[in-house]
Amino acid sequence: MHLYNLTLQPPTAITQAIVGNFSGARQQEIIVSHGTRLELLRPDPQTGKVATVIACDVFGSIRSLAAFRLTGGTKDYAIVGSDSGRIVILDYDPKTSSFVKLHQETYGKSGARRIVPGQYLAVDPKGRSVMISAIEKAKLVYILNRDAAANLTISSPLEAHKNASIIHHIVGLDVGFENPTFAALEVDYSESDQDPTGEAFNNAEKLLTYYELDLGLNHVVRKWSAPTDPRANLLVQVPGGQLASSDRYDGPSGVLVCCEDHIIYRHMDAPQHRVPIPRRRHPLEDPDRGLIIVAAVMHKMKGAFFFLLQSEEGDLYKVTIEHEEEEVKALKIKYFDTVPVASSLCILKSGFLFVASEFGNHYLYQFQKLGDDDDEPEFSSTSYPSFGMDDPTLPLRRAYFKPHALDNLALADELESLDPILDAKVMNLLPNSDSPQIFTACGRGARSSLRMLRHGLEVEEVVSSDLPGIPNAVWTTKIKEDDLYDSYIILSFVNGTLVLSIGETIEEVQDTGFLSSAPTLAVQQIGEDALLQVHPHGIRHVLSDRRVNEWRAPSGKTIVTATTNKRQVVVALSSAELVYFELDLEGQLNEFQDRKAMGSTVLALSVGEVPEGRQRTPYLAVGCEDQTVRIISLDPESTLETISLQALTAPPSAICIADILDASINKSHPTTFVNIGLQNGVLLRTVLDPVNGQLTDTRTRFLGTRPIRLLRIQTQKNPAILALSSRSWLNYTHQNLMHFTPLILDTLDYAWNFSAELCPEGLIGIAGSTLRIFQIPKLGTKLKQDSIPLAYTPRKFISHPTNRYFYLIEGDHRSYSDATATSKLNELRSQGKMIDDDIVNLPPETFGRVKAPAGQWASNIRIIDPVDAKTVNVIPLDNNESAFSLAIVPFAARGGELHLVVGTAQDTFLSPRSCTSGFLRTYRFTDDGTGLELLHKTETDDVPLAVMPFQGRLVAGVGKALRIYDIGKKKLLRKVENKGFGSAIVNLNTQGSRILVGDMQESIFFAVYKAPENRLLIFADDTQPRWVTAACMVDYTTVAAGDRFGNVFVNRLDMKVSDQVDDDPTGAGILHEKGILMGAPHKTKMLSHFHVGDLVTSIHKVSLVAGGREVLLYTGLHGTVGILVPFVSKEDVDFISTLEQHIRSEQPSLVGRDQLAWRGYYVPVKAVVDGDLCETFARLPASKQSAIAGELDRTVGEVLKKLEQLRVTASGF
Amino acid sequence: MSSELRYTANTQLEHLHARYTGTGHADITKYEWLTHQHRDTLASIVGHPTLTSYLAIADNESIGRVKFEMTERMLQPCGPPPAKDED
Repeated sequence: MHLYNLTLQPPTAITQAIVGNFSGARQQEIIVSHGTRLELLRPDPQTGKVATVIACDVFGSIRSLAAFRLTGGTKDYAIVGSDSGRIVILDYDPKTSSFVKLHQETYGKSGARRIVPGQYLAVDPKGRSVMISAIEKAKLVYILNRDAAANLTISSPLEAHKNASIIHHIVGLDVGFENPTFAALEVDYSESDQDPTGEAFNNAEKLLTYYELDLGLNHVVRKWSAPTDPRANLLVQVPGGQLASSDRYDGPSGVLVCCEDHIIYRHMDAPQHRVPIPRRRHPLEDPDRGLIIVAAVMHKMKGAFFFLLQSEEGDLYKVTIEHEEEEVKALKIKYFDTVPVASSLCILKSGFLFVASEFGNHYLYQFQKLGDDDDEPEFSSTSYPSFGMDDPTLPLRRAYFKPHALDNLALADELESLDPILDAKVMNLLPNSDSPQIFTACGRGARSSLRMLRHGLEVEEVVSSDLPGIPNAVWTTKIKEDDLYDSYIILSFVNGTLVLSIGETIEEVQDTGFLSSAPTLAVQQIGEDALLQVHPHGIRHVLSDRRVNEWRAPSGKTIVTATTNKRQVVVALSSAELVYFELDLEGQLNEFQDRKAMGSTVLALSVGEVPEGRQRTPYLAVGCEDQTVRIISLDPESTLETISLQALTAPPSAICIADILDASINKSHPTTFVNIGLQNGVLLRTVLDPVNGQLTDTRTRFLGTRPIRLLRIQTQKNPAILALSSRSWLNYTHQNLMHFTPLILDTLDYAWNFSAELCPEGLIGIAGSTLRIFQIPKLGTKLKQDSIPLAYTPRKFISHPTNRYFYLIEGDHRSYSDATATSKLNELRSQGKMIDDDIVNLPPETFGRVKAPAGQWASNIRIIDPVDAKTVNVIPLDNNESAFSLAIVPFAARGGELHLVVGTAQDTFLSPRSCTSGFLRTYRFTDDGTGLELLHKTETDDVPLAVMPFQGRLVAGVGKALRIYDIGKKKLLRKVENKGFGSAIVNLNTQGSRILVGDMQESIFFAVYKAPENRLLIFADDTQPRWVTAACMVDYTTVAAGDRFGNVFVNRLDMKVSDQVDDDPTGAGILHEKGILMGAPHKTKMLSHFHVGDLVTSIHKVSLVAGGREVLLYTGLHGTVGILVPFVSKEDVDFISTLEQHIRSEQPSLVGRDQLAWRGYYVPVKAVVDGDLCETFARLPASKQSAIAGELDRTVGEVLKKLEQLRVTASGF
Repeated sequence: MSSELRYTANTQLEHLHARYTGTGHADITKYEWLTHQHRDTLASIVGHPTLTSYLAIADNESIGRVKFEMTERMLQPCGPPPAKDED
């Protein structure tokens, strides 16, 4: 089996974000790391919307990012620390819109290792040097400079290693133009490793160490080291250094040391200041639990600076330092606002705060104020003895605040993120949909959601209104060439035409010069200020002074179809003749002396737009009933001569010539595409050679069941094509590459551009007798998301076989369920404690829930109607139980009646896994599946992590044991058990009497149930230990699975073994066979293996296009949705793997990781081609493209076509 | 140490051990080996974004907290070393 891996939805989690002027323009941009992908975002200061400028896979794992700017420079560069063992400096080139690797310095082995730097990055604020550090020991310092030609240079590394020390964080110190200095938070373990009494461990000091880079000596020295709080976790740079212009100091320099519960200001030879981190006064909070800062950002304004620190609860604190010159007078902290917990915070100079959430959607907020003059209590180090450092070992008096809704910030934009996807299902539940939807259980805690993903572009409806009749076409037009917006809407009916004017309201107008008593075939704003209407009996040329020049069709003939642009008009007569008109320089429309007889009825015509600075476009495309398309010249030298001809498989229904930029074909100029829609719903896209008029590079695509209608429109000022069939599709350019995506919209009959003041980039369409005006807000996205909110982190969900509901289990560790919280609060109230209801009743979606001690769980069973997108019912679990697995089981003993079995556990602890008791809760469905009635609970000795129906009974994985249960009156009855599994059973699959068991650490086991002897036997396992997270049976002998480290693999059992096991009626043969390698008697063979770089949470075998091939679809924790497509022929395998090999050498990874090594991170890649790498072929420079294509004996077009075909036939994307 | 001695195999090995923390040797104790294993694992978890996310979701803690606790645990992942025999 050879597979092609293709990412449909790249990861959306942001692990780090940095801000800077990366394009060198005034505007600030944000670079975010999605773990394996870099993306440049540009927030628009006017609209407050975030747009993606460029995103690219790096084929490596990004662990740290930092922005820096050389002294006196205007442009920021990005430094990337990754698992490649190399430091990489990237420059964003706005001309080519790509990241350019300026420097790549190798310093160590690849992989995220303990002593190989890459985990932390710190830059000198003056851009003179950078420190890159590992988690332990290794720290390297590089000097950055510019050479005579002002190019960025990088030195060889200087070592600042310290053996046996664990590094918590590093930061660059702001020292102005003195020698660059870095601060590191380190712990030395050499003593505690030697001391059996444990005293050294208890006394281990966390040191704040300054490393100074002596630029004169080219050497790094340890300048200063002092113990600080043992629970310090984060350092934040404090501005410092003198301004060049004045003697004033920017700030006191030094660092903020963020510790558990405290913030300490610290600098060499300066007194320390300490303030407590204010907490919420929640009555149920655990008083022993400390609060740490997880994200921080410093912002400098003119002559002032402040910090925003975020606690692990999501509360933002504003921290300020009062200082006189270099002397700190006070450190102050106050509550600011609450936003989702971030992995990175970025403040933009335009007054925005970008919050890259650690889970869920990302947000852009606009600062309304800086919290300067509010009543929020502020805590200052001056109000404590010795600035809070009286006794550093004792905690300060706790400070409290009251959280409030957003006050200083206002939401500006939201970036949708699927991260984390915990479970998914692929099903077609929507009526009138021919392709399945992907349902994903996403998010964490109270911000969780169940999302439905549909392939297509989201459409935002602006207006929808009913019309008196059913129109068959609609146009909008400007009156003058240089008008900004459209003025008229023209609707054509069977027997007339209606003209509406667009103003404050939309109303009918009469005196426009348009003929209203006949249907319209085409409308065009022509010349400078004239309008043109084509109707079946003639052409009306309406001049600006309302004079009308009319050309009448010859008697007995009518116009059947027409095409127009700003200077040319072509009409086809019912006699199969073409009449050509062209606008002369006086603005007169002149008919060409000859008419062209086509010999077959003309069905469709198209001319392109007139290229800028030209008189005319030289080519006309004509589609005839004899199933041909002809390209006809409109050049004055050879007017109306046929140039080329293409035969079709069905009569054409529409043709559209458009010049669209597609960087995979031509990097700098638009390509002329001739799109031909056929009556059978197939679209052909061909490229028109601008020199000789030949049609080349034909690509076909099935759009829908209705004859296709094609319309030339504009998206973001670029030409695009709207193709209407039973679904509507948009063919447009985004980030220089062509996309072809369906619109999520009811079937349209006709559509046109619509541009008005309130809706400058809209579309107008007709569907039956409704007129709709809509916009496409999110160009470039391929999946539309609709979400249903959940209360806790979703664990698993299943669909019911007969009704349409989903049954979902959700649960959170360290949380009180609503019932527990209420009873605890009541208890406190009865003890006479005052309880602040405002804090207790904070909405958990924004503020989260109060943290309970480990072992506390809140969990629900939720019934969801996915089609109406609503929760139907919620069944909370009591007794501190949490649900871990569920299945719908048709118990044969109950006549096949369906029951819901939920595996739960009480008082569960995670590490080591333990519970007071596990339970299998058996429910009966009531009220057509909208309700559940608990029949009984069956105790188990461990957590049941997997349950599944099996031959009319239930099979459950309870810890290390696999058991079969049957239903009884009071509980489930254990029938048979096998305890031979490695660590814990996490998933189950079955076919026939075979059960595939996924173990938490020991890969997939093949087990069989032998009914005659009631035996449950393991007969095969894997040779490798695998931490299985998801598995799916591909066929009776094959399994595809994903593991915790981001691998997907396919294992197969030998057919002979399979038959032999099935032929053994009692299983006695297997029972007495000798095990191999301390395991089962047979081993599966690995067929394919691939590292996707995201933790795989579910795998499904599905077909994504109607009638298409089945593929393996997987979802990843960080929001990845990808597919593995089996190749159909050996030629394809050879071709694509050779292509991959060539691209691998032409396109080195942006972070310097070897692509082959990355895809074979843990096990060498086997029989899988990296489609994401192959698709970068479209972005390669033309010379490299043709070189690679030449090596493969193909043309560039053929290679691109093959890649597109692979994607489209497998996924429809 | 004189420079001639550096070329003997033994010092080379010592050099390697000093350079690559975590490399095992013939006389390694169970405790040392286990501590290395744990530190390597913890460092790997902190270094892989998907793994920290996974643990953070399971334990319902923030990613920052998970990273912090993992790094803290690297100080002494397997408890204090066994007492040395007095001989």
